[in-house]
Amino acid sequence: MAPEKASTMATHKPPAVSDVHILWITAGLSCDGDSVSVTAAEQPSIEDVLLGAVPGLPKVHLHNPVLAYENGSEFMKFFYDGEAGRLDPFVLVVEGSIPNEKIKQEGYWAALGTDQKTGQPITTCEWIDRLAPKALAVVCAGTCATYGGIHAMAGNPTGCMGLADYLGWNWRSKAGIPIVNVPGCPVQPDNFMETVLYLLYQAAGLAPMIPLDDKLRPTWLFGKTVHEGCDRGAYYEQGDFAEDYGSAKCLVKLGCWGPVVNCNVTKRGWMRGIGGCPNVGGICIGCTMPGFPDKFMPFMDEPPGSSLSTAMIGGYGRLIRALRGITNTTVNKEPKWRHPGSHLNTGYRPHTY
Amino acid sequence: MATTLQPGTETSSKQRNLVDMNWDPITRIVGSLGIFTKIDFDNREVAECYSTSSIFRGYSIFMKGKDPRDAHFITSRICGICGDNHATCAVYAQNMAFGVKTPPLGEWIINLGEAAEYMFDHNIFQDNLVGVDFCEQMVKETNPGVFSKAESTPAAHASAHGYRTIADIMRALNPFTGEFYRETLQVSRLTREMFCLMEGRHVHPSTLYPGGTGTVATIQLFTDYLVRLMKYVEFMKKVVPLHDDLFDFFYEALPGYEKVGQRRILLGCWGSFNDPNSCDYTYKNMGHWGRDMFVTPGVVVDGQLVTNDLIDINLGIRILLGSSYYQDWQNSGETFVTTDPAGNPVDKRHPWNQTTVPQPQKRDFKGRYTWVMSPRWYDKRTGDYLALDTGGGPIARLWSTALSGLVDIGYIKATGKSVVINLPKTALLPEAQFEWKIPQWSNAIERDRARTYFQAYAAAAALYFVEQALKELYAGNTKTWNEFEVPQDAIGCGFHEAVRGVLSHHVVIRDGKIANYHPYPPTPWNGSPRDVYGTPGPYEDAVQNTPIFEENGRDKFKGIDIMRAVRSFDPCLPCGVHMYLGEGKVLQTHHVPMFGVER
Repeated sequence: MAPEKASTMATHKPPAVSDVHILWITAGLSCDGDSVSVTAAEQPSIEDVLLGAVPGLPKVHLHNPVLAYENGSEFMKFFYDGEAGRLDPFVLVVEGSIPNEKIKQEGYWAALGTDQKTGQPITTCEWIDRLAPKALAVVCAGTCATYGGIHAMAGNPTGCMGLADYLGWNWRSKAGIPIVNVPGCPVQPDNFMETVLYLLYQAAGLAPMIPLDDKLRPTWLFGKTVHEGCDRGAYYEQGDFAEDYGSAKCLVKLGCWGPVVNCNVTKRGWMRGIGGCPNVGGICIGCTMPGFPDKFMPFMDEPPGSSLSTAMIGGYGRLIRALRGITNTTVNKEPKWRHPGSHLNTGYRPHTY
Repeated sequence: MATTLQPGTETSSKQRNLVDMNWDPITRIVGSLGIFTKIDFDNREVAECYSTSSIFRGYSIFMKGKDPRDAHFITSRICGICGDNHATCAVYAQNMAFGVKTPPLGEWIINLGEAAEYMFDHNIFQDNLVGVDFCEQMVKETNPGVFSKAESTPAAHASAHGYRTIADIMRALNPFTGEFYRETLQVSRLTREMFCLMEGRHVHPSTLYPGGTGTVATIQLFTDYLVRLMKYVEFMKKVVPLHDDLFDFFYEALPGYEKVGQRRILLGCWGSFNDPNSCDYTYKNMGHWGRDMFVTPGVVVDGQLVTNDLIDINLGIRILLGSSYYQDWQNSGETFVTTDPAGNPVDKRHPWNQTTVPQPQKRDFKGRYTWVMSPRWYDKRTGDYLALDTGGGPIARLWSTALSGLVDIGYIKATGKSVVINLPKTALLPEAQFEWKIPQWSNAIERDRARTYFQAYAAAAALYFVEQALKELYAGNTKTWNEFEVPQDAIGCGFHEAVRGVLSHHVVIRDGKIANYHPYPPTPWNGSPRDVYGTPGPYEDAVQNTPIFEENGRDKFKGIDIMRAVRSFDPCLPCGVHMYLGEGKVLQTHHVPMFGVER
């Protein structure tokens, strides 16, 4: 047996599929912020996945308009191939909220590419209708695509919504996978790439069905609240609340919704553990949530529920803080036997000195 | 220039064979942009160009009635690559409307965050998005002759950047496999870490508020920033000469390349980096504190500085329609602001008085064809509505700063005809000085070159800001945020430079709620369609009459010269430009409509 082959056999089990395409539509009502955010990911990075730096993966071909080498029809070719079943398997990534194109007479709210017969733009909804049935899995990047987000706030003219509202919450891909929602405005870079990585492992036959909660979020990323991961939580426990935004204390009385928001940003940070939200002085405005933004506005007002909870913990917290203050003073003093001079006070009884 | 032609005016025409060529979407930009052209392959030039955007979201509509304190959180979501520029600009407008001033330390923190944004964004755009248009794979596919020449052309600054020939630079720019491509992607992460230190999260910041920042200012914060900044400074000593070599080569290899993307010098810059020693956020003093910004605002026409007064700049802004899917508000909309706080009359077409009413409809290149409006700047000297561009940001910022000659902070000096950037010693490299000199042209190559120099400018400015922040901290001034009250009725405006150019936010508050809000980012300026007077927008203008240097014929035409022209503006529409290759149909017309593009 040739040494190269032996080495290949030992380190790399061929994946169940050799190639996977990622068709990425940024043409929902979006800001492209999720695509940009994903270029910040390092766990894994885009190039880790594309260059095969993670073991066991199929060869991945990314078709994202922000990063594509191709332009115009050369770029759109992959989308037509996906529609025609010539690009199998592919994962469809949707970025941006899905407008309601039925509320007006003509024209478009969001479109991608031009119909060569009519010369008119092809709506994003049309592309979703064409591609979703052919996809191995559909992933929503960011809160616009998952639940509607900013562009779906009260008073919006486009009637936009999340993809699950559009396709149906019980929708399943041809491989039986529900819509996978990775919310965040924008999506936390590593949260997204890790979810893609999981799905690629699943496609490769190396991982079981992706675990999702009833809002279709990966459970290991969105199972805890911001507050549960926040390094300012101890201020809350001690009833010690910030009164101005530059304070290092708990921000809940200044508009932070962390105690009731599903998100891991306080634990994971934004990049390499740096940044985040309440952990670095930014109130949590609930940007990962289905109720975002309307249920959290005005953002800078104290959440209604927190006046009760902070009042209740206030008495306990102040007492505990005072007691801890006393203990803290005590433990800030060294034991009395650490001193110069001729006496040994450590409790040791010397036999011969 | 043709600012007064009526819509649909045909000037022309010799008989030409024009071929429809469309790129929809244009990739490697942010947003949805389509470029539709008519190309004259016989004479190797673009005859007509239309720029179209395929997304409407309606910020100005759904912000009505919302709490004015929410404006920066909401408007950040306009843009996914420079959302923080919007948040910052909104905070400036809020500060004016609320009558609050950010404490100096908070202002330095915002400046450091914004500097990191410029360092990040120009870096990733230049070398991971634009750079691909100059990489080995692309140049080989479009101009094999040029690539052969690059193989035998030594790089003048090889000792500074390590690439022996121009072809070596091109190879290093190949997407994902190129060494420099991967290095710049990694640097884009380092700079985003710097950003997150100051503003919490990228791209929608978490720690900005009207009145200042929630960032906790400690010694550690600035140490963490500074050590990363110094790595970037070292990187700049390689990046600036590398791009000079690459861009100079295109002029040399393709004589006449200066005409690609060239248009009349019509540049706008709204200024960046407030000086807390001067900026009090009052409208009446805006001309004064605007001139004290560390990037000087200005309108530059034909190479001359028309004004650097932010009040003049503000009053000159006009939002025109003509080819956009909206209802006009000239006669029907409410007039929110009749005079500014200094007593000057405010036009009905000014953002303070704009009413946005969308009218979705079929796309018609002879009528209305885009969601983008047509912002123009009214030149009261001539009565022209100028289609100012930002050149993607840096060229306008450097040009305006150079001409005003006001910035002088040691690391940076504006001389009246150039901008000198001084970078300190870094781990492996000695001090370095770069000088950006006002170029002969406003064209694709000079827009791209300025981007590289502005990366160094932002780094140099950040070095100054770190020193100023530490001074505050050492003096015990740790406050980063000031309290305010939201007034029942007020107006405000913010002026800033988004990464790709001018950014303004205009707010009207009534009964404590937002009554009107209109943000004007750079893309409406650059990507605007023909206005009601027939004046094309800057992309259209710059692409029209761009000569074709690509060696491919019609059947394999990639439109690389057009792509370079468009991308030099750093388009940011969250949509694209589509191109149909080899399928273009020859138009039957003999008289070719050419919407006023005299130069």
